[in-house]
Amino acid sequence: MAYDKFNILTSTAVPLPIENVDTDQIIPARFLKATERKGFGDNLFRDWRYNQDNSPKKDFVLNDPTYSGKILVGGKNFGSGSSREHAAWAVYDYGFRCVVSSFFADIFRNNCLNIGVLPVQVSAEFLQKIFDAVEADPNTQLEVSLPEQKITLLPTGESESFDINGYKKNNMMNGFDDIDYLLNIKKDIETFAANTPL
Amino acid sequence: MSATKTLFDKVWDSHVVHKIENGPDVLFIDRHMIHEVTSPVAFLGLKNRGIGVLYNERTFATADHNTPTINQHLPVADPLSANQLKMLEENANEHGISYWGLGHEKNGIVHVVGPEYGITQPGATIVCGDSHTSTHGAFGAIAFGIGTSEVEMVLATQCIMQPKPKRMRININGELSKGVTPKDVALFIISQLTTSGATGYFVEYAGDIFRNMSMEGRMTVCNLSIEMGARGGMIAPDEKTFEYIKGREFTPTGADWDKAMAYWETLYTDKDAIFDKELTFDGSLIEPMITYGTNPGMGMGISKDIPLATATQGGASSYKKSLEYMKFNEGESMMGKTIDYVFLGSCTNGRIEDFRAFTSLVKGRKKADNVTAWLVPGSHKVEAAIKEEGLLDILTEAGFELREPGCSACLAMNEDKIPAGKLAVSTSNRNFEGRQGPGARTILASPLVAAAAAVTGKVTDPRELMEEVAIH
Ligand code: SF4
Repeated sequence: MAYDKFNILTSTAVPLPIENVDTDQIIPARFLKATERKGFGDNLFRDWRYNQDNSPKKDFVLNDPTYSGKILVGGKNFGSGSSREHAAWAVYDYGFRCVVSSFFADIFRNNCLNIGVLPVQVSAEFLQKIFDAVEADPNTQLEVSLPEQKITLLPTGESESFDINGYKKNNMMNGFDDIDYLLNIKKDIETFAANTPL
Repeated sequence: MSATKTLFDKVWDSHVVHKIENGPDVLFIDRHMIHEVTSPVAFLGLKNRGIGVLYNERTFATADHNTPTINQHLPVADPLSANQLKMLEENANEHGISYWGLGHEKNGIVHVVGPEYGITQPGATIVCGDSHTSTHGAFGAIAFGIGTSEVEMVLATQCIMQPKPKRMRININGELSKGVTPKDVALFIISQLTTSGATGYFVEYAGDIFRNMSMEGRMTVCNLSIEMGARGGMIAPDEKTFEYIKGREFTPTGADWDKAMAYWETLYTDKDAIFDKELTFDGSLIEPMITYGTNPGMGMGISKDIPLATATQGGASSYKKSLEYMKFNEGESMMGKTIDYVFLGSCTNGRIEDFRAFTSLVKGRKKADNVTAWLVPGSHKVEAAIKEEGLLDILTEAGFELREPGCSACLAMNEDKIPAGKLAVSTSNRNFEGRQGPGARTILASPLVAAAAAVTGKVTDPRELMEEVAIH
């Protein structure tokens, strides 16, 4: 599925300093009944964001107008649990293009990369610096440069580099997806399949 | 260097179609399972690209996540669920994919029916848009959960693109003590590793404990691999494995069987093979386990007290939030806490062996009045066995009812939701906040612990009840 190209993102950030945020929190199962990929942003963090009567929970960060931006900053082990890509869709659909954490669950990271959300893994120390900076000043700008693989706290210029494999980096910078690549090597796949019994 | 390989290397390497420098491997997928929730957008993607399914005989569809567990013969009441189920049927039909929908005799939870019909085989690569696909690793397959973009990828090209995970081996030797089941072994491992302890790894389970386990038990263990962050888990196939798969519908026969066996018998970790990480535990020290928090790593022996915040390793902020949600206090025992619901089922513990264990303990006793019990077989085949083996009579006598197969309260997408604030002992795999219904509080445990809770109405050590059985 096509998505926006990612190059350099400069934005304020929304802090969620909670560890082990699982995909059931990001998008609860009862909102997985759609057969199209739209509207998931409305239910992002549904049960942390709204009371049972659908009124917003005042103390949850997405309901706090102080914080906004295209970067979501989460605690360690972000996205654990279910393989539902809907979690990454919800993050994207809400308007985030980048998630920063000190550790990501595997499948969630993969899903993000496949749909155009950049997972940026930083050290625990740098993560804490971001949380502190954003808490002290919610207007703190962060710059995420995919070409340079670098995330910078603009007010102080402190930065850290992050990993991404060259293939995925190229995909994200150009908005390509894996299926385009695979269709290009279809001949190889067919040869392989012919030698692989069911 | 030497050619020694781990079991995981052997299977992975033999499925690599293409290697991308500084990028992922292109991995060929032998068998693909789909269900109604994570597939519709993938089919939509194919349509938008104007392409079809490349090898439809390699994909199998079952309806499970979103299906009711009573009155399955009636139309599905919830229009959104009904629509999702209809889409699965239409997509399967349009693309010529085997489809086992609601009411079909082969219907059941994807990870239960795969092995039952021989779709799951040693040395195969198996994926599904559900993280507990790791279950199939019990047969020596590489099996893991994928996202919807990858479901589309497999439908379109029979391949996915993933970097090769690192290798971890978990060795457990010794003998399990009374009342300790495969579920307890898995919850024990996760409690030791935390929910992120195996992230980036593919795990092989080795040692007597796993050798001596039934195939059902091995499936339970591999199923829970994802809960410690691992991509998947696997166990080398042996006589027990071959015996299990022989004669099933999608298992090879005749000369094909011999050929397959020749391959399967090479599926073990070579003697000197190196793992990136290796852990060893003593199986005799494991006791029946329960969880006290809101992730599967927050587990402990049932006789223990909830650890103090200072003694936990999973992260202080989530620890505090967890106990608040569960309404438990650090340092207290969970024994004797009144419970409201019991759920026996899911792809973790919804197989015949789990129903045998549960039944063995409730036999001659009565369901506690304060408990609502949902007993949900993993498939029609399990359901039939429960009846054939006479378990249903014993369960009925003890005041229990049997529901129809499906994921049910494992993820509470259908009507089977534990009400807000209620405390449940559940044999499923996740105790996340709201996993079993908004506000529901979940204690994960084995079928034996669930049975003990169901007849006493509170958290009870099943070993106490097992002793009584022995005396009388
Ligand atoms: S029983 Fe639970 S974990 Fe298993 S396939 Fe169904 S929803 Fe997924």
